[in-house]
Amino acid sequence: MKLNELTAHEILDLIKAGKETPAAVYKSVKEQISKTEGKVHAYARLIDNQEIDNKLRVDSCPIPIAIKDNICIKDNETTCASKILQGFKPPYDATVIKKLKDSKAIFVGNANMDEFAFGSSCETSAFGPTRNPWNIDCVPGGSSGGSAAAVASSEAVWAIGSDTGGSIRQPACLCGVVGLKPTYGVVSRFGLIAFASSLDQIGPITKDVIDNALLLNIISGYDENDSTSVKMEKPDYTKALIKDIKGIRIGIPKEYFIEGIDPEVEKSVKDSIEKLKSLGAVVKEISLPHTEYAVATYYITATAEASSNLARFDGVQYGLRAIPKSQRKNPIVDMYEETRNQGFGREAKRRIMLGTYALSSGYYDAYYLRALKVRTLIKNDFDKVFKDCDCIVTPTSPTTAFKIGERMDDPIAMYLSDIYTIPANLSGIPAISIPCGFSKNNLPIGLQIMAKAFDEKMLFKVAYAYEQSTDWHKKRVSL
Amino acid sequence: MNRVPIGTKSGLVYKMTIENKQFDTVIGLEVHLQLKTQSKIFCGCANNFGAEANSQVCPVCLGLPGSLPVLNKKVLEYAVKIGLALNCKINSYIKFDRKNYYYPDLPKAYQISQYDFPVCYQGFVLVPQESSTVKKVGITRAHIEEDAGKLIHDNENNCSLVDYNRTGTPLLEIVTEPDLRSAQEAYDYLQILKLTLQYLDVSDCDMEKGSLRCDANISIRPVGETKLGVKTELKNMNSFRAVKAALTFEENRQTQVVKAGGKITQETRLWDEAKQMSITMRSKEEAHDYRYFPDPDLTPFQVDSSVIEQIRKSLPELPVDKWERIKKEYGLNDYDAWILVSSPEIAAFFEECAKLHTNYKNICNWISGSLMQEINSRKLSLGDLRITPRRLVELILKAEDGTLSNLVAKDVFRYALETDKSIDEIIQEKGLAQVSDSVTLEKIVDEIITQNENAVRQIKNGDEKPLGFLVGQAMKKTQGKANPKKIGEILKRRIIDA
Repeated sequence: MKLNELTAHEILDLIKAGKETPAAVYKSVKEQISKTEGKVHAYARLIDNQEIDNKLRVDSCPIPIAIKDNICIKDNETTCASKILQGFKPPYDATVIKKLKDSKAIFVGNANMDEFAFGSSCETSAFGPTRNPWNIDCVPGGSSGGSAAAVASSEAVWAIGSDTGGSIRQPACLCGVVGLKPTYGVVSRFGLIAFASSLDQIGPITKDVIDNALLLNIISGYDENDSTSVKMEKPDYTKALIKDIKGIRIGIPKEYFIEGIDPEVEKSVKDSIEKLKSLGAVVKEISLPHTEYAVATYYITATAEASSNLARFDGVQYGLRAIPKSQRKNPIVDMYEETRNQGFGREAKRRIMLGTYALSSGYYDAYYLRALKVRTLIKNDFDKVFKDCDCIVTPTSPTTAFKIGERMDDPIAMYLSDIYTIPANLSGIPAISIPCGFSKNNLPIGLQIMAKAFDEKMLFKVAYAYEQSTDWHKKRVSL
Repeated sequence: MNRVPIGTKSGLVYKMTIENKQFDTVIGLEVHLQLKTQSKIFCGCANNFGAEANSQVCPVCLGLPGSLPVLNKKVLEYAVKIGLALNCKINSYIKFDRKNYYYPDLPKAYQISQYDFPVCYQGFVLVPQESSTVKKVGITRAHIEEDAGKLIHDNENNCSLVDYNRTGTPLLEIVTEPDLRSAQEAYDYLQILKLTLQYLDVSDCDMEKGSLRCDANISIRPVGETKLGVKTELKNMNSFRAVKAALTFEENRQTQVVKAGGKITQETRLWDEAKQMSITMRSKEEAHDYRYFPDPDLTPFQVDSSVIEQIRKSLPELPVDKWERIKKEYGLNDYDAWILVSSPEIAAFFEECAKLHTNYKNICNWISGSLMQEINSRKLSLGDLRITPRRLVELILKAEDGTLSNLVAKDVFRYALETDKSIDEIIQEKGLAQVSDSVTLEKIVDEIITQNENAVRQIKNGDEKPLGFLVGQAMKKTQGKANPKKIGEILKRRIIDA
């Protein structure tokens, strides 16, 4: 295997043993990019002139990393893959970026994404779609499609994504890598350009579970700049990486195995459940009765928050400012309208309109307020289940990667690709997607594990045990 | 140095002309108050007035993508303090909402505010009236929000500039019930509110600088009607006087419209100070839908009741309470006592003096006369002057025991404002002590008598009127130092008894 195809922990071992240097690792990543980026298009832009420090401290982690294009890196263009933010260079680092810089991370580039994370296919990016490294006619999933594709194609050793309704887990699943959405509040959102503030969470996308725990160790922790960040003692997540899952109680929600699920996906997931059983886990069927309302609840909550979060892109302070061609209302309103008309893509406009509607006077109670209430019911479902279960296992996505363009004209079909991932965001709990098989067409299949809030260790434990008894995570793409 | 303007005109000194009224006026006020915390409401930037444009900003108050608000707890403390002083109930559940609208001075395109859970609600303010009664004005609510930036229109270059320094300044919006019945009552309420806030030391309360802003809602209805009429909202008043003028103008305008058979339309009107009239700004149809919803960046939280109790215990004595107490304790009348409480500094100064001397009425006269005259005419605050309670009392004692005439005492007072020297030193240095020794006075009277034959004759003939004139002449001759009482006695003895 080439250097860039190794996992971060393997690379760190080599560096610590003096056999490789961070510069050599970065070089191999750059070589991979020059070879495959033309096909994959994982990046919105590459970051050049990285200073590489070959000297190491104990806690250094000089690993080439891809950063989703919605996380602020100081003085580096950050655009959420949208025209409206073109040229925007944040004057500050996001908290996760600060933590990564402290660990000597090597920033390879800003990973492509769906515009403002609005999408499940990476096709709504203003920079054009990212392609799935396993089959470049297929989508990588989204919205963190660039991050997942960069890791799967070894154009980065690992990556940072953000997950609002499945945006880390679904692309990780579709690209055959490991993606974690941490508990809401575990990773600071300061510097993450918000989509839906009550749902957004930054998380790691990696080649295996060990790397995932390592990267979460770096980016997590209380942040006084984020009021939703949780004050708690920071665990060492790698301590959870033990193979023993005897007696662990796993719930399988009956509502998740429904019509529309790809039979190949269903089979792989059921095989995986058998595997977990054989490792000593206790498996039982459970019920999450409000599951069917999750997608509707999500799209009202998320678009409502987004409509407000995206209102600041008005052409006044930064990013695009379009000059109106003719005077319609008054100069400032004309400028707002023209800027937003030119700056936002179709899906962004659709979601802003949906959210604005849901918050409008006369509709608020029927939509937004109702969605808040249902959200509580969905959360209650999980609270109840976690009294008797240690974790829940489901598919990550009902299908494998779909063809580029296939769902672009059918937003509902697109929205349904997040049906299994959305509930974790609505209830704030952590969830991980790990590779659990391949379809006949050689497309990856993912297994989702969910646990109660702040029990990331449970996810790592079960995921690690599964991973150690399978080889899916060892497969590398040849492009 | 924070100047505290001291007004002598209270709501107690006005006369209202009562005519045969056909309509009652109903007024409610909304006051936006900037709280003078050290830092802004959701970031660490300094909360400064008058700094260089866009120098007090950071990613948070600029609303840059990815930035997040963190509540400055001091803002909450100030809000609770004000709420308690306004007799409000306090919501221990603290929740923030977003008020969405577009304007170039609002960088996030939403204002963080409080919608359905204002921190303070259901309070009241007692406004003393001329007739020794008090008017109770209900406070509907007071909620915390952030201020916006400032637009500056550059007509020369035909563009608008934005200064974001003010963005994120903490505000408390204080809303009254529609309890006010005249422009004067509104004015009186504002005076009391401002005074209360000055006692709490939570805001500069300067309408000219924008640290206190007031919008007014006003409607009229036939006398006896209990339903509210259609209201108009008045904006852009830059002083309490302007609030009163705008309300009076609108009261008359509405009355004329209705008397002419017209209907009032719900609208927002802008006050034009130069023209002393208001014009329509926008009608109800153009009103915003602010799409309020809970701000997901600020998790609601519960304030411990012990914290609220602690703030309650830290409240200073408030103006109306102080007024009542000072009246009782020092035997002063309504008016005198009100002058003293019109500034917390003045009231404290008075009470310090009162510890040293028991002629309270005289102390009060000195403070409300000479002292406040100096402060008001020179637009100073008490702290700018060098007079201390001890020195003022020394001076008063010198005047009371006859060492100084009242006239000279006022001169000594003016010197005392400029130096730290003792009253005795000033008197000696300037040679201002009252002349009371008989030898000197007799000599003066000699001169007066020889120089004013006519007056002396008149007196001798039984008309004592010119006596005062002669005393005045003696005072003039001695630059006010002669003891007028003794001069009068000597004159009488020498002219009449001779």
